[in-house]
Amino acid sequence: MSSTPVLALHGICKRFGAVQALTDIELEIHAGEVVALVGDNGAGKSTLLKAITGVGPADAGVIEWCGRPVRIQRPRDAQELGIAGVYQDLALCENLDVVGNLFLGHEITRAGVLDEVAMERQALELEPLAILTKHRPNVRVPVATLSAGQRQSVAIGRAILSRPRLLVLDEPTAALGIEQTAQFLDLIDRLRDQGTAIMLISHNLGDVKAVADQAAVLRHGRNNGFFDVPSTTHEQIVSSITGATDNAVTQRATKPWEDML
Amino acid sequence: MNGADAPGDAGGAKAAGRTAGERRATVRPGGGPGEPGRQGLKGYLRSLGDRLRSGRLGAFPVVVSLLVTWIVFQSLNHNFLSPRNLSDICVDIVGPGLVAVGIVFVLLLGEVDLSVGSVSGLTASIFAVMYVNSGEPEWLAIVSALLSGAAIGTIQGFFFARVGVPAFVVTLAGLLVWNGLMLYVLGASGTIDLGDRGLVAELSTRYFHSAALAYGLAALGTGAFFVMTYRDNRARSRAGMSALPVWEIAERTLGVAAPSFAAAWVLEDFRGVPLALLVFLVFVVGLDFVLRRTTYGRRIFAIGGEAEAARRSGINVVWTRVSAFAMSGTLAAVGGLFLTSRVASVGQTSGSTTLLINAIAAAVIGGVSLFGGRGTTWSALLGILVIQSIASGMVLIGLETAVQYMVTGGVLLGAVILDSLSRRSQKLHGRA
Repeated sequence: MSSTPVLALHGICKRFGAVQALTDIELEIHAGEVVALVGDNGAGKSTLLKAITGVGPADAGVIEWCGRPVRIQRPRDAQELGIAGVYQDLALCENLDVVGNLFLGHEITRAGVLDEVAMERQALELEPLAILTKHRPNVRVPVATLSAGQRQSVAIGRAILSRPRLLVLDEPTAALGIEQTAQFLDLIDRLRDQGTAIMLISHNLGDVKAVADQAAVLRHGRNNGFFDVPSTTHEQIVSSITGATDNAVTQRATKPWEDML
Repeated sequence: MNGADAPGDAGGAKAAGRTAGERRATVRPGGGPGEPGRQGLKGYLRSLGDRLRSGRLGAFPVVVSLLVTWIVFQSLNHNFLSPRNLSDICVDIVGPGLVAVGIVFVLLLGEVDLSVGSVSGLTASIFAVMYVNSGEPEWLAIVSALLSGAAIGTIQGFFFARVGVPAFVVTLAGLLVWNGLMLYVLGASGTIDLGDRGLVAELSTRYFHSAALAYGLAALGTGAFFVMTYRDNRARSRAGMSALPVWEIAERTLGVAAPSFAAAWVLEDFRGVPLALLVFLVFVVGLDFVLRRTTYGRRIFAIGGEAEAARRSGINVVWTRVSAFAMSGTLAAVGGLFLTSRVASVGQTSGSTTLLINAIAAAVIGGVSLFGGRGTTWSALLGILVIQSIASGMVLIGLETAVQYMVTGGVLLGAVILDSLSRRSQKLHGRA
């Protein structure tokens, strides 16, 4: 992968009051590549994702899109570049129906009027809805009536609908059953083969092992290693996440004796 | 599409003769596996019962309150349902009704605008001072009044949406400020009489006494409703999606036709169709279309449902919120002109808190949720109809304002309780 990355982050910082949530984050992702973002709770994974999608813009740092520096200050900026996200808290409007949620922010209109028929037809053809709900979904019920797994499908469907070049997913399988998770991972594979760049946040290292090409580890808001997933063991990633390779004991062991004097 | 459980349901509310609740029960496009098609009156009533139990009330409560109000007052005074009185009610509802339509926009966001009474008083004074005292052309005075309303709404919206002051506080401050400014604008003169000439004066005195027009409008409204429903339905069935059976389209059209033609008959029997009512209906229909059929309306509902989700979808939440407050201010100004027209003067009591309370009460009684994200402009019409009917009935049977306030207050409390209960029930049934 020597081509220009779709997205490259350099020195991304984000601060919430006294808390430095992200410090000098570096990350690259290429088209047709799945990068898993792993780390313990509070490592800054979701914060980084929100900086990429413009939901919570970064304070400092450079974001490059296809080699060109860009500013992502609002969700709209990210959408226009071709970035779509699925958030951990799903971010759906419960009072709107499934179609309304799927197309929110990019509705299909005809002469300024919502074209409900066209939107519903596209919604019914949408793969995540078809495979992730066991039967043909009723797309005209308010999202409030749906189960957690169905909502997750709607959120994923929403993100895929815009045919993004970069798809960022925050714990997308959290509410899915075993069979649905398998189908979802197949979907990720297919999107990757179509050239979509995918960034996946997951606690489930099984999922990471199954689909990711690269894994980037965050720890205390900093980069803590990159791994080529197929050639790395589970344990190596876990120790990087927990910091087993980065503590007083291991540091002491690697320091030359002379320095200690 | 047929609205179904999607935001609002004007088709339903429009047909005040039948309840939207009943109709919506049978209109579940795509009816999922859990919803077997129900046929006949029995299935109808059963599904209506299901809906009411699970808290999806639609326009059902307001239509029932309206019928109860009418029956009670008619039994106390047989003049209540006379064409004369009904025609008067139809003109009286227009001023506060337009203010209520504006408030619907803000309520849909899950916010409240307490300044509309003062704004309507202030803009009416601006109009009267310019037109009567300074002798400016009337159109200029009208445009100035409307622009002032829009500007005030925009300012309040800015403080709420951009600066982040709670809307309740911003508009409470507005209530005082704009009322004070109105007294200042009116100055020493206190009351300004409008006289009976001019466009604004004519707004509430003009009637079109023509059977052809009255029934023609009723036919036009029904026809337009039928054509739109039919076309939507045909587009759906062509696209291979579930559509309504023909008999149901006919039934819904009948539901629109009955109240339309009844209204035409009653109005024709007295002085004809009031211009004010026509203007009001144009606003209600037009803004209902905006709310349910355009991207802008969809954004209002989305923000009322979950503002953060709307923001993440790339919606400009700040701008949309400001625009809703601007809409509320503008319609307060429009309503103020109609109120001025009705009493032919502007005075220090114009734009009282009674107007504010009636407007909010109308929207809530009509089924707009105080929690945001649910309601239509038809709610404002039906709600104000209930309030004005109570007011008119009280006058007819000779009860004082004190009692009228208490009864209206009771109805409002009932509506809010119903809103809260229906929300809780919807939660219980996994619908909110």
